[in-house]
Amino acid sequence: MAEQLNVQLVAVEEKVWSGKAEMVMARTTEGELGVLPGHAPLLGQLAEPGRVRIKLPGGEQVAYEVAGGFLSVSESGVTVLAESASPVSAASDS
Amino acid sequence: MAAQVRVLRQRIRSAKGMKKITKAMELVATSRIAKAQARVGASLPYARAITGVLTALASNASVDHPLLTPRERVRRAGVLLVTADRGLAGGYSSNAIRTAESLVARLEADGKQPVLYVIGRKGVSFYRFRNRPIEGSWTGFSEQPSFADAREVGETLIKAFSAGADDVDGEPGPDGVRGVDELHIVYTEFKSLMTQNPVTRIIGPLQIEERPRSEAAPGVLPAYEFEPDAEALLDALLPKYINTRIYAALLESAASESAARRRAMKSATDNAEDMIDKYTREMNSARQAGITQEISEIVGGANALAASGSEV
Repeated sequence: MAEQLNVQLVAVEEKVWSGKAEMVMARTTEGELGVLPGHAPLLGQLAEPGRVRIKLPGGEQVAYEVAGGFLSVSESGVTVLAESASPVSAASDS
Repeated sequence: MAAQVRVLRQRIRSAKGMKKITKAMELVATSRIAKAQARVGASLPYARAITGVLTALASNASVDHPLLTPRERVRRAGVLLVTADRGLAGGYSSNAIRTAESLVARLEADGKQPVLYVIGRKGVSFYRFRNRPIEGSWTGFSEQPSFADAREVGETLIKAFSAGADDVDGEPGPDGVRGVDELHIVYTEFKSLMTQNPVTRIIGPLQIEERPRSEAAPGVLPAYEFEPDAEALLDALLPKYINTRIYAALLESAASESAARRRAMKSATDNAEDMIDKYTREMNSARQAGITQEISEIVGGANALAASGSEV
């Protein structure tokens, strides 16, 4: 199995999601962005309102609607900071 | 005698009623401490992450932001005081107020004009009663603060702080708004179930609590890419960081408030129990005395009757 990303999605009041993923997709204020393992360190402000999609190793996908979010990519993984995050069903996301 | 017994019985009943109430409040407070502590724990990952991000940002970009630079002349200093909405929490609110008052006195001694922002009905009524001006107040969430509450408070404070940048000698500058040049927060630190200390912190100008870098990798922070540029990111992140700091202070205060209330209610319950014991004992001895007296009256009466019968 190829490398995987350590992903953390934290909202102010609680940790929303964390685990391994293949890819994280989000839209920063500059544009759509996909993060794969080995991505260069990056700090980004997410677009408002933003949707963060996390592709799980099994091919499944989870998505969160994120407000006031930031994306931080470092060697240790991806951290999404949000003021609030609510899950979106993957079906409505295509 | 019978009247005294009745009075005592009445008192026991009212002490029992009070005990029920204080016991219930104690239990509620106990469960709220646990809840508040869980929320403090839940907010830690975000706090840690945002601190990490800011540290990375600060070490990559030249940090020069109005929220980070101390003002040359501090004329007005904002003080945010966190108190309780309800009483019956021992010295919780009054301790916080006293700490705020000593901070205010210190600011005034330094020639700064204090500007008060108060959270919690207890603090508001303290200053209203003394006819002291309050710049802003928020009530109704002291026991269960949400991040939305903290954000509201934070936005007001940040606005005041930014408005203070162009003030000249305490008079409104070109923007016509009198702001503040410093921001302090007074809240109650939760040390343990038995100890809670009111503390004073500066939140503006902001000092980022940098994480101590591990010895193994001295200063090797990766070169980050920024989207958008570092200044814009800092602009967006710093207010959020202040909000998180306020939110953390609110959560800790809520835990302290519940702990203080639990302790106060515990001693009230204990006192009620002592009183019930004391009154029960008094009532028993009063009843006993009544019975003894009645018996001695009957015996005395019978003796008198017997004596008068034998004479006839």
